Amino acid sequence: MNMELSRRGFLKAAGVGVAGSTLGAFGFPELEAAEAAAIRPFKLTNTMETRNTCPYCSVACGIIMYSKGDLRKGETAEIVHIEGDADHPTNRGTLCPKGAALKDFVKAETRLKTPMMRKPGSDKFERVSWEQALDRIARLMKDDRDANFIATNQAGVPVNRWTTVGFLAASATTNETAYLTYKVVRSTGIVAFDNQARV
Amino acid sequence: MTNSWTDIRNTDLVVIMGGNAAEAHPCGFKWVTEAKANRGAKLIVVDPRFTRSASVSDFYAPIRQGTDIAFLLGLINYCILNDKIQWQYVKAFTNVAYIVKEGFAYNDGLFTGYDESKRDYDRSTWEYEIGPDGFAVVDDTLQNPRCVWNLLKAHVATYTPEMVERICGTPKDKFLKVAEMVSECSSPTKTMTSMYALGWTQHSKGSQNIRAMAMLQLLLGNIGVRGGGMNALRGHSNIQGLTDIGLMSNLLPGYLNIPVEREADFATYMSSRAFKPLRPNQTSYWQNYKKFFVSFQKAMWGDAATVQNDFAYQYLPKLDVPAYDVLRTFEMMHQGKVNGYFCQGFNPLLAFPNRQKITESLSKLKWLVTMDPLETETARFWENHGEYNNVNTASIQTEVIQLPTTCFAEEDGALVNSGRWLQWHWAGGTPPGEAKHDTWIMAQIHLRLRALYEKEGGPFPDPMLNLTWNYKDRNEPSAEELARELNGYAVETLYDPADATKVVLEKGKQVVNFSVLRDDGTTASGCWIYSGCFNEAGNNMARRDNSDPDDTGAYPNWTFSWPLNRRILYNRASADLQGNPWDPSRKLIAWDGTKWSGYDVPDIAPNAKPDTVGPFIMNQEGVSRLFARGLMRDGPFPVHYEPFEAPIANVIAPKIRGNPVARIFQSDVAQFATSDEFPYAATSYRLTEHFHYWTKHNRVNATLQPEFFVEISEQLAAEKGIAHGGWVRVWSKRGEVKAKAVVTKRIKPLMCDGKPVHVVGIPLHWGFTGAARKGWGPNSLTPFVGDANIETPEYKAFLVNIEPTTAPVAV
Repeated sequence: MNMELSRRGFLKAAGVGVAGSTLGAFGFPELEAAEAAAIRPFKLTNTMETRNTCPYCSVACGIIMYSKGDLRKGETAEIVHIEGDADHPTNRGTLCPKGAALKDFVKAETRLKTPMMRKPGSDKFERVSWEQALDRIARLMKDDRDANFIATNQAGVPVNRWTTVGFLAASATTNETAYLTYKVVRSTGIVAFDNQARV
Repeated sequence: MTNSWTDIRNTDLVVIMGGNAAEAHPCGFKWVTEAKANRGAKLIVVDPRFTRSASVSDFYAPIRQGTDIAFLLGLINYCILNDKIQWQYVKAFTNVAYIVKEGFAYNDGLFTGYDESKRDYDRSTWEYEIGPDGFAVVDDTLQNPRCVWNLLKAHVATYTPEMVERICGTPKDKFLKVAEMVSECSSPTKTMTSMYALGWTQHSKGSQNIRAMAMLQLLLGNIGVRGGGMNALRGHSNIQGLTDIGLMSNLLPGYLNIPVEREADFATYMSSRAFKPLRPNQTSYWQNYKKFFVSFQKAMWGDAATVQNDFAYQYLPKLDVPAYDVLRTFEMMHQGKVNGYFCQGFNPLLAFPNRQKITESLSKLKWLVTMDPLETETARFWENHGEYNNVNTASIQTEVIQLPTTCFAEEDGALVNSGRWLQWHWAGGTPPGEAKHDTWIMAQIHLRLRALYEKEGGPFPDPMLNLTWNYKDRNEPSAEELARELNGYAVETLYDPADATKVVLEKGKQVVNFSVLRDDGTTASGCWIYSGCFNEAGNNMARRDNSDPDDTGAYPNWTFSWPLNRRILYNRASADLQGNPWDPSRKLIAWDGTKWSGYDVPDIAPNAKPDTVGPFIMNQEGVSRLFARGLMRDGPFPVHYEPFEAPIANVIAPKIRGNPVARIFQSDVAQFATSDEFPYAATSYRLTEHFHYWTKHNRVNATLQPEFFVEISEQLAAEKGIAHGGWVRVWSKRGEVKAKAVVTKRIKPLMCDGKPVHVVGIPLHWGFTGAARKGWGPNSLTPFVGDANIETPEYKAFLVNIEPTTAPVAV
């Protein structure tokens, strides 16, 4: 689905072979070997292409991500290159200085890799497991909700709201994430619910 | 956007005001270049700075930030006085002829009903006169002094070119040149597009900035046509989607509302939402509100939402205030009334105004959970970074849990672009380390809470225990499953109301679109406006046919555009009262005697007669509103109000500070400055190399624009002894930053009400995490006040002082 062996990568790899053979035919076998050693293999050879859109502004330019490894076969996939999608009607393959550097975001050194916890007063984050982090969050939520949930107002009208915990949602998550977030947050009675659109 | 990025190619005149598309939306701006090159379109830029967009414009006019309404009402006044109105359009498609109730008036910057103690209006007079037939009274001759036309004419008369110059600092000749170019678009065959962004929204009267331009566009007949429209250039990739799905205090998905306390039961809630037409034969599409609401409740709570329990109406919280927006929430946090807080892909320490207050507020939390693919300043608000984050770590008792999430490249799903296109994307990479999808994390939180309530009990657990959770993998609902739920499905087999033997849709099948949703609990849909995105035809958001018949710019088979795959909203208005296009070269849809058809999905019932049914089908009137009735808190017409911190007094109403109905918290009042102490008018913006705080984690972007700077004019630099490239300290009544000075000709002092006003430009990007050099953001300086209608903070106009200084101490 939306992925194929990069045709351009295939041709480029074939081209390297042709050039090498030509030099060999002229009788410079050492040169041929040196040339072959010096040429960096085309980096998109044998990569998988995946269609995506730029996550920055709402022009939503089409992009193609090239990865080594195929996620759909259950393999580990490492993104090695991202470029504009020439088929996309809005950007027609172009990208701005942000989109052109997208790989730097995906592979940023400051990408988070493990859940962390900072204790009250502490000056550092400490590594915790997902189980520990999620159990702790659920406990904190339950205790606060039990203590502070407002079931009815003074007139006895059900109001079912929880005002002492808030949830700030994102601006670049998918609709599907947003909807699931909506379901989970609303079902608790949280009313301090907002997203980046506010600013 | 009413239109789309690719539609901009069809325009004759682009007005960029309240934005800087060439800098912030470069690949979308390409369509402006296309229109200029291929149609001879012109570009006007109105901005305090000579921006990147201005550098490729045909005409640039300077303006003082926060005075856009005076400029826009000045343009309306010019069009009225010079009879540059698309009269056929205005008479047929706007409320220009409607009679406003006796008792409505406007004087000295205020409308009738103002209560200073409440900072609010009694809006009861801001309504139409209703006739004995129950419909609004109209005077098609426009002679009645109380008709909207005459009220509007009187309202804007103040905003003469001289007054515009006095308030905005725009030289009269430049204003008149803009007015002349804009007014030419009143021709039915000339179209103007408005491209705006946060330069209009981030003001205490942001909503009215946009309304003022929308009114102008209606008077010129530019709404609903190719190359026209009101085009909000949304900042983030799915800010449109998050808004559509209603992740806001007071919203349900699809622009439905969370109940308020006085709506004690479902019947009361629905009683103010009948949306009966205000004129004969009109669509008033919100009459279907109940179908969308009930279908949402069924999506949420399935079998637990029954006729007997009013479809689980009481499962929804009820608000006691208009909204717990972020400003209110951080004010509450500051008062110690919030214990726990989640930040999902959001960095409020750098994104919300008055950073000192934000730090103090976060420090009062018992716990904070952050979910992000990247480090954020918010997750580390307790960490001392010298001058860049000078906190007493040991004294901060907040427990912080930081959760690593995937990014776009590692997930499937749809994002909604500015033009309302829901574009599906696919994961191509393995997440780093133990990073997880947000969907997995939210599922884990929900399932754990559910288990705790099942085991221990607790107050009103029903909405959690009965939440629809029929996913194949309970631990991680898939993007496809969620998209199908958003689209909606038949809860029971649906029969034709006219013929009970005829099956419309089998139980469990996806609904084709929202037209089949019902209010009896037999259909479910998570977000009605998206219905049609994933029906029995499959995932329409994944469609990749980029053909464009007759090069209209519509690309009708590329992904899915809400609503109903419609590409241009209000497109019925592109044709006249006989149903023929105003401009045959820009046909969108036309009436063939029996139905509407054309290049786009008609924004009207296909058989609605063109001379009978108005094009603005969501409005009870069937027409658009030059007079907004009581729907805006700060007035049925826009009024020029100064920013809360302004370099001059409001010349049309000197006693009024800021927007008279904008909410202000008592604790912030002392932190609003006057121009005696803080003489310079500051504003904030982004650079093309940067995306908010994210790209400072990227080496490439951190290198392209490496260092925090502020921009000032040569005149201000000379006055203050500031050298180009020298260090300056910029401070407001709330905080200070240190930056390199860029002394530029791009900013020039403006003469406002006889006084020179210097502008200080402050870009945003820097913080204390990531690959970039450390720095500050404008939010260290900006005031804690928002727009009167929607509480977007006033980031674009505030007061500062500036002086030369030395480099910050390295950490």
